[in-house]
Amino acid sequence: MIVAGIDVGGRNVRVLLMKEGTVLAQGEAPTGIKKAEAVERLYDEVLQRAGLKRTDIERVVATGSSGRRVAFAQRVIPEAAADALGVIRLIPSARTVIDVGSEEGRAIKISPAGKVLDFAINEKCAAGTGTFVDTMARALETTVEEIAKLSLQSTRAIPMNAQCAVFGESEVVSLIHSKIAKPDIARAVHNAIAGRIGSVARIVGLEKDVVMIGGVAQNTGFVDSLRKELAMDITVPSAPQFVGALGAAIAATAGVVESAVKARVIEKQKIEEGKA
Amino acid sequence: MPEEVKVKSAMPEAVKEFWRWPETRWTNPDINAKQGQLITAGVDVGSVSTQVVVMVDGELYAFSSMRTGSDSPLSATNAMNWALDGTGLTVDNIDYCIGTGYGRVNVPMAQQTITEIACHARGANFVYGPAVRTVLDMGGQDCKAIRCDERGKVLKFMMNDKCAAGTGRGMEVFADLIRVPVWDIGQRSFQVEKEPPMISSTCVVFAKSEVVGLLEEGRPDNDIIAAYCSAMAHRVCELLKRLGIEKEFAITGGIAKNEGVAKRIEKELGVETMPKVWYNPEYRRRNYPFDTQIIGAIGAALFAQALLERGKVKSARKQEKEGKC
Repeated sequence: MIVAGIDVGGRNVRVLLMKEGTVLAQGEAPTGIKKAEAVERLYDEVLQRAGLKRTDIERVVATGSSGRRVAFAQRVIPEAAADALGVIRLIPSARTVIDVGSEEGRAIKISPAGKVLDFAINEKCAAGTGTFVDTMARALETTVEEIAKLSLQSTRAIPMNAQCAVFGESEVVSLIHSKIAKPDIARAVHNAIAGRIGSVARIVGLEKDVVMIGGVAQNTGFVDSLRKELAMDITVPSAPQFVGALGAAIAATAGVVESAVKARVIEKQKIEEGKA
Repeated sequence: MPEEVKVKSAMPEAVKEFWRWPETRWTNPDINAKQGQLITAGVDVGSVSTQVVVMVDGELYAFSSMRTGSDSPLSATNAMNWALDGTGLTVDNIDYCIGTGYGRVNVPMAQQTITEIACHARGANFVYGPAVRTVLDMGGQDCKAIRCDERGKVLKFMMNDKCAAGTGRGMEVFADLIRVPVWDIGQRSFQVEKEPPMISSTCVVFAKSEVVGLLEEGRPDNDIIAAYCSAMAHRVCELLKRLGIEKEFAITGGIAKNEGVAKRIEKELGVETMPKVWYNPEYRRRNYPFDTQIIGAIGAALFAQALLERGKVKSARKQEKEGKC
């Protein structure tokens, strides 16, 4: 049986084709404004690469923040469920999953069978997401790939006060203006996001092995900052951005019962309260 | 040949056009400062704008409001000089000066600092009168909701200074994106046939993407402006509801000038804000300018006056005013 898993995120869509547990082909593309069209285009592209047609695919399961945009999916499963299934297949010893995408960061506690036991999210706020990295990379006049390398060259940890991507952007510009070295600024950016993701992760508890997936997992600079923030080893599988789609494909293979676990949402930004 | 140094200001170049609200100053034509007893000043250095208010015996004498540059102490000095411009006074004639705002630790001419929470409450009490009990200040980079008593003393407050939503910067980012000057946003938000649904993200960054999507869809600019003002108002209302509102309710700070946001806050809360007129009937009669941005600095100048009157501090005046009657 050949199945397809499709993960439609805030920024990118990923398609993965699987037969009897073996990945036949996978591909990714930016969603752009017209997500449904981007999904259709990528799906056909990946099918072509595998030498297959739509009719060869027995079942399609979608996931991701815009999973519902996959008109031809038989089923849409929550991101946390897809992440759990994908990670446990690749790393059976995984017990904590951290998935940071363009718009949301989540931490999931999983069972040895790949069930979601608990999860917490940072949503509706660009702080602690891939969007934050994009914004800061632009402010540093570099690319997301370069900012990762830059931060690993840093020799000095400097504090970054801003958590908000809007304030962070001006802070980065001021730091450049103060002649702080770009590698040190890049590292400060990654430390800032790592701090926020660390807070999310600590809500579910950090049980080994901790695995990181999602688009931002490709950012080696961020992963390094997160390792230091959590003071723990973090495993990043190869092609971490495809693990959601993999999980969806696995769900397509075997009927999966979703748990009714509700997300615990981290407070957007700290509100200071006082009496004068 | 010396290398050309590219200096980057704190704001990206493209934004500069649409955030630029007019900078202002004013001197009270009815007061002769040299005849007054005590001259006090409040300097409110925000991350976005700096205000100086000079009072003579507790009456509004002069003020200035300008953009804060990348150097806060210099901004304070510039704003002070501009406020005093044409008055014949210098900073050495001031008996006591209090700094407030984000940059208050860097105000070179201040004798002490007081938090902007206290200054806004005190200032709102002076400007709007003793009936005000809830003050909402929407500043350049923060948003605070304050409950106070009839003397303008703070009872409790809530402040968000970590998130751009509901702040002046949040509005500037939007103004730049849609290419409409900040001071036009308010009235344009009402030029819609039907009130559109609010932008679903209160996060400024995600709201920006949503706005880009709406622009690509060809939605009219004014509809998008209305939708964004709603989202910002909604964000602020969350803060106010958490604090609890007691009438009368007044809005201070720069964004109080944005009717698009202010009116939508009123609508969501079901509470009207105090009209933007002076409580003092003489100030109303003489038509003194009413500027919600200077309220923090007014509070600071009033604190300075009170401290001197009660003998809690000594005059820091370095130089006698030229005695010409």
